Amino acid sequence: MGARAIWKARLTFGGVGVPVKMYSAVQDRAVHFRMLDARRREPVKQHMIDPDTGKVMEAEKVRKAFEGDEGQRVILGDEEMEKVLPKPSRDIEITHFVPPGTITHPWYDRPYYLGPDEEDEAYFAVGQALRRRTVEGVARWSMRNKEYVGALRAEGDYLMLITLRHAGEVVPASALPAPAGRELDAREMAMARQLVESMEDRFDIAAWHDQYRERVLELVQAKAAGKVLKFPRAPKRAPEMSLADVLERSVAAVSRERKRA
Amino acid sequence: MPEDWEDGDDDAPVTRAFWNGTITFGLVSIPVALYAAHRPQRVSLRMVSPRGTPLQRRYFASNDDRELDSGDIVRGYEVEKGKFVVVDDDELERLAPERTRDIDVRQFVKVDEIDPMYFARAYYLTPSGSSNKAYRLLARVMEESGRAGIATFVLRAKEYLVAIVAENGILRAETLRFADELRSPEDVGLPAPASPSAAEVKKVEREIGKRMENEIGKGELADRARERLLKLARAKLAAGDDVVRADTGDEDDDEGRPSAGRPVIDLMEVLKQRMAGVQEDGTTTSADEDGGDDGGEDDRPDDDAPVSARSSAARSSAAKSSAKPKSRARPKPKSKAKPAPRGKAAKEDVDGKTRAELYERATELGIPGRSKMTRDELAGAIRRSA
Repeated sequence: MGARAIWKARLTFGGVGVPVKMYSAVQDRAVHFRMLDARRREPVKQHMIDPDTGKVMEAEKVRKAFEGDEGQRVILGDEEMEKVLPKPSRDIEITHFVPPGTITHPWYDRPYYLGPDEEDEAYFAVGQALRRRTVEGVARWSMRNKEYVGALRAEGDYLMLITLRHAGEVVPASALPAPAGRELDAREMAMARQLVESMEDRFDIAAWHDQYRERVLELVQAKAAGKVLKFPRAPKRAPEMSLADVLERSVAAVSRERKRA
Repeated sequence: MPEDWEDGDDDAPVTRAFWNGTITFGLVSIPVALYAAHRPQRVSLRMVSPRGTPLQRRYFASNDDRELDSGDIVRGYEVEKGKFVVVDDDELERLAPERTRDIDVRQFVKVDEIDPMYFARAYYLTPSGSSNKAYRLLARVMEESGRAGIATFVLRAKEYLVAIVAENGILRAETLRFADELRSPEDVGLPAPASPSAAEVKKVEREIGKRMENEIGKGELADRARERLLKLARAKLAAGDDVVRADTGDEDDDEGRPSAGRPVIDLMEVLKQRMAGVQEDGTTTSADEDGGDDGGEDDRPDDDAPVSARSSAARSSAAKSSAKPKSRARPKPKSKAKPAPRGKAAKEDVDGKTRAELYERATELGIPGRSKMTRDELAGAIRRSA
């Protein structure tokens, strides 16, 4: 069974216009807890209270306020807020294309698939062209009263649109001073290199599981069945040694492990 | 609407350490703090009454007869409709073996093997402890070789998969989504690939060619909606239109946003000080004071929690985003503007303070076990120790 499209749009740049459907690429796996009233073991209710009266403020009377730098607060009305909303549009406009690596990881936010909407060939042509030129597109669109920027990428044969963070939202590493100190020791550098190499592997995301989440689910199921679960505590780490000693032992330990495996 | 107990919100303006601990690879351990690499720029709006008074979020029993304090609220998991299993912090803590509290790098991979779709959030690693040598060593070697270290660790009832990446001599932890948190094209139900004509592909390629750039222009990522909203708000402020004075001594709202007029700590400044903080000889600058970190030695997860300033009033999702009871409210950053009364004589004034305020004071006083205390227990402990 497939996922439901969250939006229908048109991917456009120059003479290209391809109808697409958007799907979330992320699925929520988090274990969700709820706040319960300890006595009744029922979910709590939340209300916004007006401290002036001590009474519950009804939702339709709640206003939004912006706080200025000097301790003033300005109330913004619904009509005013509406005026600053983006104009409705179905276009995902690709403004330009950049080589891979131009956008660094911290800018990426949330991935979505774009799927074809009737015009399959036009859709797959975009994917092929992106792959052949090894580029990603920079996109802009507004969806449900919010404006987005994103990166259009080929994901295999398909298209993926990853939302990007806005200007100013990422502190770039280039703006920070690197930790400084005396020149690093050549022997320690060599050993560190060796250690990194000895722990080198291909990245396989599927090899990693959220074991903690599995344990939490195990715990709640056990408790529901009236059972008590015990998890062993792992031993603490060994005491400190000099960096050079530690590097040397690490390299030896890793290579022993690899041989056994 | 699910009431979610988790720190799922992406928008906390974090100038406190997200995590304090040790990153290990092989037997090498590097003490670090994690600071957000992101600072949300969204305009933070506050929910107020028609008179402009900030509203307070409070919790009530389901039949609405009683207001609940943090001590009256427990965490429950719905095993079947309407049936809840109560789980407490201790139980969740016990599920994380001691060693999972470290960021234990288990393999190194090529940085470009990590697809950006896995990427969730970035944190800078700042060196703490007495020497930054091992930090610099790892950063240098990883950057030279284009390698990232892969690790998992558990924090606040959540397991994180991270890639440690080096850039400009600085280490950064990028949290990754687990494989089962992402859909494949098959999961989504995308159709089997069709074969477009070569001419069609060529046409798209030509259009791409006309629009190639080597960088993203400055204005390209601008948040225009934010700019429009700011413009509107500032115009009204200047005109004195619908403006109310925010009272001094006004409490932070329960989403952790500081009240108006409180100085805002800049993440960039915190990071700069932290990076420069530890010298090889073990001296540190006073980043703690400004960074609002709660002391550095105490690395219990609850105590180095970020300020959970959820800037989501704009989304007005009253229920979801801050479904955390007051007992989990994060302490706010210390600020120079409001020095805590120290010293002997001052009879500690604890009456009428919220748990979050008391927690902050308890943090300053270094009261052990504070993260588990109720409001009243905190008040008692502060009275005794002050």
